[in-house]
Amino acid sequence: MNMSEKRGNVWVFVEQEAGKIASVSLQLVSKGRELADRLGVKLEAVFLGDKLENAVPELFHYGCDKVFLAEDPRLEPFTVLPYAKVIMDLIRAHKPNILLFGATLKGRELAPRVASEKLAGLTADCTDLQIDDFEDKKNGKSYTDKLMQIRPAFGGNIIATIVNTWDDPQMVTVREGVMKLGEPDTSRTGEIEKVDVALTEAETVIKVLERVRADKEVDLQGAQIIVAGGYGVGSKENFKLIYDLAEALGGEVGASRAAVDAGWISHDYQIGQTGVTVRPRLYIACGISGSIQHRAGMAESKKIIAINTDPDAPIFSCAHYAIVGDLNTVIPQMIKAFKSKQ
Amino acid sequence: MSKKVLVFVKQVPDTQNITGDAMTPEGTVNRAALPAIFNPEDLNALELALQLKERYGVHVTVATMGMPAAAEVLRASLYRGADRAILLTDRALAGADTLATSYALSCCVKKLGDIDLVLCGRQAIDGDTAQVGPQIAEKLAIPQLCYVEEVKDLAEKTITVRRAIEGGYEILEAPMPALLTVIDANDPRPMNAHNIMRFKNARTKSEVARPAGQTPLTPEETAAGVAELERAGLLIEEWSAADVNAAPDRIGFAGSPTKVKQVMSVVLTASEAKQIEPTQAGINELIHELISDHTLG
Repeated sequence: MNMSEKRGNVWVFVEQEAGKIASVSLQLVSKGRELADRLGVKLEAVFLGDKLENAVPELFHYGCDKVFLAEDPRLEPFTVLPYAKVIMDLIRAHKPNILLFGATLKGRELAPRVASEKLAGLTADCTDLQIDDFEDKKNGKSYTDKLMQIRPAFGGNIIATIVNTWDDPQMVTVREGVMKLGEPDTSRTGEIEKVDVALTEAETVIKVLERVRADKEVDLQGAQIIVAGGYGVGSKENFKLIYDLAEALGGEVGASRAAVDAGWISHDYQIGQTGVTVRPRLYIACGISGSIQHRAGMAESKKIIAINTDPDAPIFSCAHYAIVGDLNTVIPQMIKAFKSKQ
Repeated sequence: MSKKVLVFVKQVPDTQNITGDAMTPEGTVNRAALPAIFNPEDLNALELALQLKERYGVHVTVATMGMPAAAEVLRASLYRGADRAILLTDRALAGADTLATSYALSCCVKKLGDIDLVLCGRQAIDGDTAQVGPQIAEKLAIPQLCYVEEVKDLAEKTITVRRAIEGGYEILEAPMPALLTVIDANDPRPMNAHNIMRFKNARTKSEVARPAGQTPLTPEETAAGVAELERAGLLIEEWSAADVNAAPDRIGFAGSPTKVKQVMSVVLTASEAKQIEPTQAGINELIHELISDHTLG
């Protein structure tokens, strides 16, 4: 990079549904603040939709210096082509250094469309971001203060650090739940720049004929205690045990992919690489063998209790407390023990 | 005239069933130790295309970019009912990230010329990025419909699909040509015995030139073999980067903006787990400890 050239700012694409900002976007604003401070640049949000002004202050509270606000009826509900057009126009005008997206369905559809047009590198599903220097031994070039884009690869069996060596922005999608949410400061304010939404017919060809959605049944990312059941629970009926323990401890219920695939519980509850990533204060894994994909979604929990009849289950390798036993007897014992201690 | 559908498929290492010897002591992946499989969601994309063939009489071409051995997934596609198969293979394509990959594949679509629909699986299990589909669509300047579960209607100029969104679904309509990424929402059909008999000898030029377990053929013998396969309708077309007019600086390692700085095997955060007896006394002690340190309470 030419050091006399002013470095661009850090941007976060802020996702919303009916004006409510997605939790992953606030997590990215928190992380983006950290990156911007480290680089000595501003943190700016790119916020698209219609009638969003009431939601903007929250972005300042979590650390944004400025919000690019694009409001237009054609940006509601989300469709990929107009969103990509507005973001590309903003990138061309302002040349950000870094652009973060949540690795949600929307983010993973939108980010590659933008990266392809910008001819920028894009790394999917990052679980960590750092700033560091990079020496490209193959082409003999060195780079200062680049974004280290850290992600699991190969089904979660390896962790790769990726660097974008072409023109900015350095683009990534980041998994939900992996970046810590900062403390909001309600006295913080910032600048709003209203964006002129310039769309042509080419960007409005996709028609939404019908749209059916409901909020998730459960907010696992915000849960402090999670009791998760796996294939070892044995049946849909037996999942009652998991609910009972969660209720007794004041926690939420989660599940492994095997339990979801068996049809015992809905996908909203799935924890792991293809579900949500959680980091609660306490995670109790009941009858979960602990595939690498599951551990990727919960290994950062502060305390992990694993209950499994198989002493060699991989889940024990990331547990703090190992209970080799039958969940059908251990869970009632836990409920009894907790109730008698209170 | 019947519509033309192109399905992009990929041969991938089976990362979902990794065994011990797949990881080297240095923490890198020993690809050779992993079985190569048909990327699961690409089978869903192929299934969707074959359903369109049954419902609307579309013509289904399957293409893949990969090593010569990737011809295996093309044969598997012919066995299921695809009409035409193309292998894009070239050393110059190696080391491609998603941007360089999508560029090369978009060149393939341009070379074919009259494609109405491009179908891809949402993502491949070796990278899980889900980026190549949308990037091909952008390079072709056509609409993308992602996370498609089913095609509701294929009209003269438009396609209507049902696709997944966070917490629900949408019915979307788009003009063609369009690109669809398909999720695991259908049951891919098994290979058809009649098609296996018909296509079991389908080969690429590379496979003709280097028959498994035999000495390589001379160029003359290869040309004769290829001509014979072509007459029998059994030639799997093999294209190079030059064949699809791909710019050398946009493909492979040179065309990839992202570089891998470091790769590490997953280190378990495991401290030694404390063993708790599965008895009421053991559980009481555990709960007491968790209440004392304010984990519970």
